[in-house]
Amino acid sequence: MKVRIKYFARLREAMGRDGEVLELAVTTTTVAGIREHLLAGGGAALAEIRNLRAAVNQTMVGPDAPVADGDEVAFFPPVTGG
Amino acid sequence: MSVSVQEADFDSGREAAQLVAGRSDVGAVATFVGLVRGDGREDAVSAMTLEHYPGMTEKALEDILAQARQRWPAVTGARVIHRVGRLAVGDQIVFVGVASGHRGDAFAACEFIMDYLKTRAPFWKKEERPSGASWVDARDSDDDAAARWST
Repeated sequence: MKVRIKYFARLREAMGRDGEVLELAVTTTTVAGIREHLLAGGGAALAEIRNLRAAVNQTMVGPDAPVADGDEVAFFPPVTGG
Repeated sequence: MSVSVQEADFDSGREAAQLVAGRSDVGAVATFVGLVRGDGREDAVSAMTLEHYPGMTEKALEDILAQARQRWPAVTGARVIHRVGRLAVGDQIVFVGVASGHRGDAFAACEFIMDYLKTRAPFWKKEERPSGASWVDARDSDDDAAARWST
């Protein structure tokens, strides 16, 4: 499966890029599974952000949310708009 | 019901007037305007940059307006404008306007929309001070403010 990853704000700066395309051997996983994969691949910054948030296909979700081929998965710090 | 995410400034009076235009069933319009606040410290904030997640931002704001309409069916119109990019102290950041038959629904829906926006819309502020730039940390009080609507 192929997943498009996006990073924002403090995490984007810490990762040194605004996203990447991830190819995985599995056919389905979860947000937590994606995070583990990125951490193992050198994305240590993902573990350093307090209260890391995630969205799948632009909807905010928890770590157990399923991720399928073609999905867009974003990781970011808690939001601070308004 | 409409949302805009834009760099340009807005005219809150004009936005409020548009919520009323052509209607006779509106008895109240509640509006909120958020500004870039200076903090009076020695190393004071001079400006900030608003980053967002294009696409998700609009979806999240539209979802918040849909929830407001469901909670307060008497609301006749609602508008959210959120600016992005670099803003100076004193600049307007966000506009929320709600029109309704009576003031109670307009006040409540306006506050609900702001509380949800603060915790659910993907915007991030980076402050500029003489000592350097830094990302603003989220505040627990914002989560508390949003949580009180879920009872």
